[in-house]
Amino acid sequence: MADTLLSIRGLTKAYPGVVANDDVSFDIQKGEIHALLGENGAGKSTLVKMIFGLVAPDRGEMLLDGAAYTPGRPSDARRAGVAMVFQHFSLFEALDVAENVALGMENPPKRRDLARQIREVSETYGLPLDPARTVGTLSAGERQRVEIIRCLLQHPRLLIMDEPTSVLTPQEVEILFQTLAKLRAEGTSILYISHKLEEIRTLCDEATILRLGQNVGTCTPREVTARQMAEMMVGASFAAPEARRGETGAVLLRCEALSMPAPGAFGTPLRDISFEVRAGEVLGIGGVAGNGQDELLMALSGERLAPKGAIWFKDEDISRAGPVARRDAGLLSGPEERLGHAAAPNMSLTENGVLTAARRKALVSNGFIDWGRATGFAEEVIERFDVRTPGPGTAARALSGGNLQKYVVGREIQQDPDVFVVNQPTWGVDAAAAAAIRQALLDLAAKGAAIICISQDLDELMEISDRFGALNEGRLSPTRPVSELDIEKIGLMMGGAHDMEVAHVDG
Amino acid sequence: MIRLERRPQPSTLWTALTPVLAVLLTMIVGGIMFAALGKPPLEAIRTIFWDPLFHPQFASYSRPQLLVKAGPLILIAIGLSVGFRAGIWNIGAEGQYIMGAVIGAAVGLAFYPSDSVLLFPLMVVAGALGGWLWAMIPALLKTRFGTNEILVSLMLVYVAENILASASSSWLRNPEGQGFPGSRNFKQWPAVFNDELIANTGMHWGVVAAFIAVIGAYVLMARHIQGFNIRLTGEAPRAARFSGVNPARIVLLCLGVSGALAGMAGLFEVTGPAGQISIDFGSGYGFTAIIVAFLGRLNPFGILLAGLLMALTYIGGELAQLMLGLPGASIQLFQGMLLFFLLATDVFTNFRIRFVGREVA
Repeated sequence: MADTLLSIRGLTKAYPGVVANDDVSFDIQKGEIHALLGENGAGKSTLVKMIFGLVAPDRGEMLLDGAAYTPGRPSDARRAGVAMVFQHFSLFEALDVAENVALGMENPPKRRDLARQIREVSETYGLPLDPARTVGTLSAGERQRVEIIRCLLQHPRLLIMDEPTSVLTPQEVEILFQTLAKLRAEGTSILYISHKLEEIRTLCDEATILRLGQNVGTCTPREVTARQMAEMMVGASFAAPEARRGETGAVLLRCEALSMPAPGAFGTPLRDISFEVRAGEVLGIGGVAGNGQDELLMALSGERLAPKGAIWFKDEDISRAGPVARRDAGLLSGPEERLGHAAAPNMSLTENGVLTAARRKALVSNGFIDWGRATGFAEEVIERFDVRTPGPGTAARALSGGNLQKYVVGREIQQDPDVFVVNQPTWGVDAAAAAAIRQALLDLAAKGAAIICISQDLDELMEISDRFGALNEGRLSPTRPVSELDIEKIGLMMGGAHDMEVAHVDG
Repeated sequence: MIRLERRPQPSTLWTALTPVLAVLLTMIVGGIMFAALGKPPLEAIRTIFWDPLFHPQFASYSRPQLLVKAGPLILIAIGLSVGFRAGIWNIGAEGQYIMGAVIGAAVGLAFYPSDSVLLFPLMVVAGALGGWLWAMIPALLKTRFGTNEILVSLMLVYVAENILASASSSWLRNPEGQGFPGSRNFKQWPAVFNDELIANTGMHWGVVAAFIAVIGAYVLMARHIQGFNIRLTGEAPRAARFSGVNPARIVLLCLGVSGALAGMAGLFEVTGPAGQISIDFGSGYGFTAIIVAFLGRLNPFGILLAGLLMALTYIGGELAQLMLGLPGASIQLFQGMLLFFLLATDVFTNFRIRFVGREVA
């Protein structure tokens, strides 16, 4: 096996109460894109953390190029040629691209040299990026490029990517795949973590599938179907959401020329947004991240009050009503950011249930919280949405991303909303959980609720929406029935992706 | 190599253990400091922590002092803890305490020499109102203009001290006091004198109010939706706004409660143990209460214990000055150490220490 770059032999890591990795072994070849697949909680993050030196294994060994590899911390891993692009970016919005790249380096070169290097790498690998731009003005895709370039500047032998496409548009995904193919051709190995099976089939040479901390099999993605891989992942067949084309009813929520200024220096203003959504209908809203998704959600949830006459719920003007009044009326929402916005990280699941369900579920009487009922409500959500957690007393931050997502989306669905607005309902959630969440949304619509699903996952939107619109720089395109659309038309609706041009290389 | 590893959940064991550890570390390092000052360390520690309660000679005098000192500390700290939970840092409780005393005393003195039973309750309300008004200044400035409540409330302490000085030397001065600064002495006015309720216990109305505040704060924070909203605001401001909490109302509520309780504490003090409005009325309770609030983990019952402990170091400190000739500043240093060690050991609640051998790269 002269071509093996990293050999993982029997890695085991146990946390109190759970074995995150149980005797996991596999090899990554040189110049190979190797997929790591698994549900949330399957142990992917722990495994990657061990490779990147963030966590020490209890047992087992790793061989890098035939030599023992025991990184004690990320800087050791980097020195050995292992780099990682995290799912959540660690960038400073107020600094520019070059400054951010420098912050992540052991010995950053002078600024001018660095800017030159960034341009070189960005041209070589087809990742358009201007080193002088402030990160706050970049889209999610561009931010990811900053992280990738930061890694590439260190000439890694192994690049680990954690769910890189979850925030990208189809065009951006295309660009990323070309970059990765180029890296592969140069002999760099890539460990690619993703939930998106189709994507793995197009891109990856080899896939290792984890389930409950164990390696349940290796396959060559091109030779198996997505469904086969999914079944290996969840250990049973899962139900793809059923398309349902029921009758739609009365208009429940209507926006009339909603315009709002940007909330902060890096926000997006909402410009003249108009749409309506009917009972039993799912309205999908797509668009590249940072084009007003967050702002639209805040305007609809009532966190930011809209100008009079802009938002109508069941023919009543609710533009000036706060979140509590809107919830009372039956308009519920689920923000994108799980920790810190949809849920308070240090508070328990029970407390996080009270956060939005206090009044609708009568968890409060005369101002006093009935903790018994609140716990009961949390347990209902945990049970119905299969949230994997020791119990309702667990702090939100202790849950994995997918499980917390199931909880915060489930918390709203469990309250039987008339209108449910949700931003990125399945972001970073594994295939089975994502299918469950989508099915829950469809079931809710079937019961006569109107749903607005804001998402960057176009496949998801095509799958569940009846009508589709796209946000671009705070404007919403006219909404059209999904049946009339194809991926090209959607691309046009999304406004031709303002950040897709070749890098502005100046001087 | 030592490494800190974040715990998935804050450790409940360490939350309870850190105050104890902090007290022990303070004793050790404090002892070293006393030794460096040329005083016998063990005896100094004993004088501070043991003698006030059990010394055959002094204990009968100093034991009631425990509640006298702890009462205002607890009352103020409870109010502060409510705000601290929401991430609203009222550092100016000392000013609110002084203003409560001045305004409460002024309202009472306006009716001198009435002996109505309603006068004392009226003064309590006026005292609370005085502290509340003083706290509303940073609150309104924060909600209207986004000023920093830490700076504003702190600076208002010095304004309050000047108002106190002018009150005691001019507009509240005792007309029968032969020109000496200071107001009439409430101890000589039975209708409003906040005397011990049970002789030789130190228990006065302020202590009763402190106990009620402890229970009230517990119920508010643990059971009431407003307390939940306060905690939510402190934990995750965005989530609070998403939940429908109005941040401005939380600022007004938290600063209002802490101001009112501090003002009340001032009123009980001026009508009781202090006896009169005088230039040196401000005794630092408002600042020490910050330590008490944190030492008690912002938990009402924790604050009760912390208040008693801090009162003990006050009394013991005085005793140590008297008996061992320790400088007063060293006692303050000793109290400061307590907060320092508490904050330092606090790390263990959210992190665990791991010792890792140096690995080969």
